[in-house]
Amino acid sequence: MSGPVRPLAALAAGLLFGLGLSLSGMLDPARVRGFLDVGGAWDPSLVFVLGGAVSVSALGYLVSRRLRRPVLADSFDLPRSRRIDAPLVGGAALFGIGWGLSGFCPGPAVAALSTGAVPVLVFVAAMLVGMVAHDLTRRRAPAAVRP
Amino acid sequence: MDAYLPALGGGLLIGLSAATLLLLNGRIAGISGLVSGVVSGLRRPGERWFADAAFLIGLVLGPPVFAILAGHWPAMRIGAGLPVLALAGLLVGFGTRLGSGCTSGHGVCGLARFSPRSIVAVLVFLATGMLTVALMRVAS
Repeated sequence: MSGPVRPLAALAAGLLFGLGLSLSGMLDPARVRGFLDVGGAWDPSLVFVLGGAVSVSALGYLVSRRLRRPVLADSFDLPRSRRIDAPLVGGAALFGIGWGLSGFCPGPAVAALSTGAVPVLVFVAAMLVGMVAHDLTRRRAPAAVRP
Repeated sequence: MDAYLPALGGGLLIGLSAATLLLLNGRIAGISGLVSGVVSGLRRPGERWFADAAFLIGLVLGPPVFAILAGHWPAMRIGAGLPVLALAGLLVGFGTRLGSGCTSGHGVCGLARFSPRSIVAVLVFLATGMLTVALMRVAS
């Protein structure tokens, strides 16, 4: 039991993430859609967001590989699957369509809840419904085919 | 140039967040995964649940803290109407669960680990996102 230390570290990391999104312009769906509009008036600035984020994140990952365990936890909790399958590709494709339609992905949408704007509330509520719908349907599917 | 420096600075902060969460708590800063984990774990919150929920609270506090520091809220121009936003939210929620991640989990964290799954996912959602925006421009 680590007490409140781990949640406090997570709170600080979450705050950094929210500050980064706010500074970067990712909270602005019009700007995000401008980045996706490669055939029109393309706004390349978000390339810098991803570039900056991935480079520092990669540094962190390289350091983590030299550690036996994280500072405040017993083990690193990393995805192990390397399979490129239909759910991965299909899920990413659906997510991209929703991202293009709205200009919102999950991080900025959750951060933008603090603005209290109704469109953000509608998007996040629908996103939660989509997540629960997936978990209900996909969890039942294997049991249904079992003899 | 004006837009690039904040974009880079914001990106560096996002990367710092992902590195902090990984090195201190051993967790991946994938927002779709954290959100769905917090929702599905509501009934039996464990130690990990409290940490994941704390991250999301910090995330929500980001824009108001930015507003205090910068003296203005971050820009947020939403062009889509409510029905389109609802449809988009459903697609984003279902798609990120099916595809095991979003811009943060596959993009910021997965690309940093050179995960082949994440590289494929990022290429696919960038492609369908760009295609969607292009089709909407042609249609309007």
